[in-house]
Amino acid sequence: MLKFLSVRLTTSLVALLGVMVIVFFLARLTGSPAALYLPVDATDEMVEAFNRQNGFDQPLLVQFGNFVGDALRFDFGQSLAQQRPAAVAALSAMPQTVLLAFVAMSLTLLVAIPLGTFAALKPNSPRDSAITMFSLFTASIPDFWFALVCVLVFSVNLGLLPTSGQASLLSWVLPVATVMLHPVGVITQVVRGAMLDTLNAGYVQNARARGYSWRRLAFRHALRNAALPIITVAGDRAGGMVNGAVIVSAVFAWPGIGQVLVDAVYNRDFAVIQAGVFVVGIAIILLNILVDLIYAAADPRIRIS
Amino acid sequence: MAVLDNAAAVPAPRGRRIGGRLGLLLRSPLALTSAIVLILLVLVALVGAPLVQDFANTQNLRLRFFPPFSLEHGPGYILGADALGRSVLAQLVVGARTSFLVAGATVALASVVGMSIGMVSGYVGGIVDAVLMRLSDIIVTVPSLLLALAVLFVLEPSVVNLVVVLAIARLPVYLRVSRAQTLELRERVFVEASRALGARDGAIIWRDIRPLVVPTVVTVAMLELASVMLAAAGLSFLGVGLQRPDVDWGTLVSEGREYLTRAWWTTVFPGTAILITALSANLLSNWMRASADPLQAAAMDPASTREEAARP
Repeated sequence: MLKFLSVRLTTSLVALLGVMVIVFFLARLTGSPAALYLPVDATDEMVEAFNRQNGFDQPLLVQFGNFVGDALRFDFGQSLAQQRPAAVAALSAMPQTVLLAFVAMSLTLLVAIPLGTFAALKPNSPRDSAITMFSLFTASIPDFWFALVCVLVFSVNLGLLPTSGQASLLSWVLPVATVMLHPVGVITQVVRGAMLDTLNAGYVQNARARGYSWRRLAFRHALRNAALPIITVAGDRAGGMVNGAVIVSAVFAWPGIGQVLVDAVYNRDFAVIQAGVFVVGIAIILLNILVDLIYAAADPRIRIS
Repeated sequence: MAVLDNAAAVPAPRGRRIGGRLGLLLRSPLALTSAIVLILLVLVALVGAPLVQDFANTQNLRLRFFPPFSLEHGPGYILGADALGRSVLAQLVVGARTSFLVAGATVALASVVGMSIGMVSGYVGGIVDAVLMRLSDIIVTVPSLLLALAVLFVLEPSVVNLVVVLAIARLPVYLRVSRAQTLELRERVFVEASRALGARDGAIIWRDIRPLVVPTVVTVAMLELASVMLAAAGLSFLGVGLQRPDVDWGTLVSEGREYLTRAWWTTVFPGTAILITALSANLLSNWMRASADPLQAAAMDPASTREEAARP
């Protein structure tokens, strides 16, 4: 297990280095970032001074070395719009996003696991078809549009929920629902598939033939064995919730990494985008390691090897 | 006559297989409806868009926010008009072409490139495989929307850039599926036989492995069509996807958003169009997955890659 984790960590670090290469070359794609940072009517002297000041006149490899060194010390330069280090801007927004993702993923699992299991208990029944239809439907709704329509119906027309902000518990309802939308559909499908496989396995059928309660068998015994694919997809989707967070911030002005990134796009604040990609990359690597640990907890075979 | 009979007899198994698949489709009303809806939408997008292009751009300020479901100004305005008095229906048709073009081109590009890399990676193995899989890990590490946001921020918004960025983000899906299947196929007897007969590696990949990987990739591609369409619309909504004069359904939702409380139809209808298309594609691919053989279903299971990785 330790060996496996260390391999995992090494490959993650390689991936992180790759993310940094992407971020670096993104920054250089436009030539010198001067075009992004200086006003349109900047003179040649201003561009040159800017390049010299920021080290853009040095060879690319030296620049990359400096960039990696700075990034490892968590220095992505100054945010243009916020007048504070870009890394601070990105990092200080993470707790809200992580909290949102955590709440949304917990609720998703609470909905998806019973739904998928009930569908798998009676395959091809009307109940199964209804649940499958529901899950495909939620996976097909454009989330940004869902958020807008919810604002229109619940906030504007019915006046039940606030349109934005984070003031009360009620203001969590629509953002969480928006972030949950696609994962609920996808994970219900995965639970259904995994449970179908497990329920058809010999040992489950054997226990059933001996007279164990079918439902109890499913939730107590089969679910544990179906857990691996569910954990995998839930982990993937939890990381993907950053996508949902970006949408949520664009519609509900929800604070978090999504808000920071969207603002950075509108303000042409490139340092913050770089820092944001890097911070999210690290968060997802940590999430992957967490998923591996849960994996080991769920399956003794992995623990031993 | 006899020659004809012979010629007909040879491709029979394939014909029967496709016939059988079609027969199954005809017996499944939901899947059949989805297929018909998708075909109709594609036809409308391809044939209709050039026809209504001019009408879609016609501004008529007297018809600003003209409400839907009224034939007062002719069938062109049945879904209402937007802030500039343009027909919502005509905009939807023009947007459909862009949306389908982007989704189709992205899936085609990602599946062909992903499948090629995946087959080579799985067949060759060793250091090449390790490097390619780490590259795919990197893409997976950064959430697709974030990657697209950052890249499209630097590049100009255009159809080509959008397609390339989305295709790169979706590449790992095809790469993993085709690699997993190649790993398994590589050990099979018919591949060994080809090798024993002196076939070159390229020929083995093309003639022995590719035909068996393609059906799986097609099934995955169908599944991906819906999510790519949603992703593209999301990017356009955020303002880094497409911008006027290019217009897709996501752009329409984002334009309508400003007038959400005044003219709900400019937001609701484009979103409904995305929903209907994505739902049809999802229903169809769900049916394809269920009717395909169990081996394929197992190969496209997203869980299989990590379980593989977790095993020593």
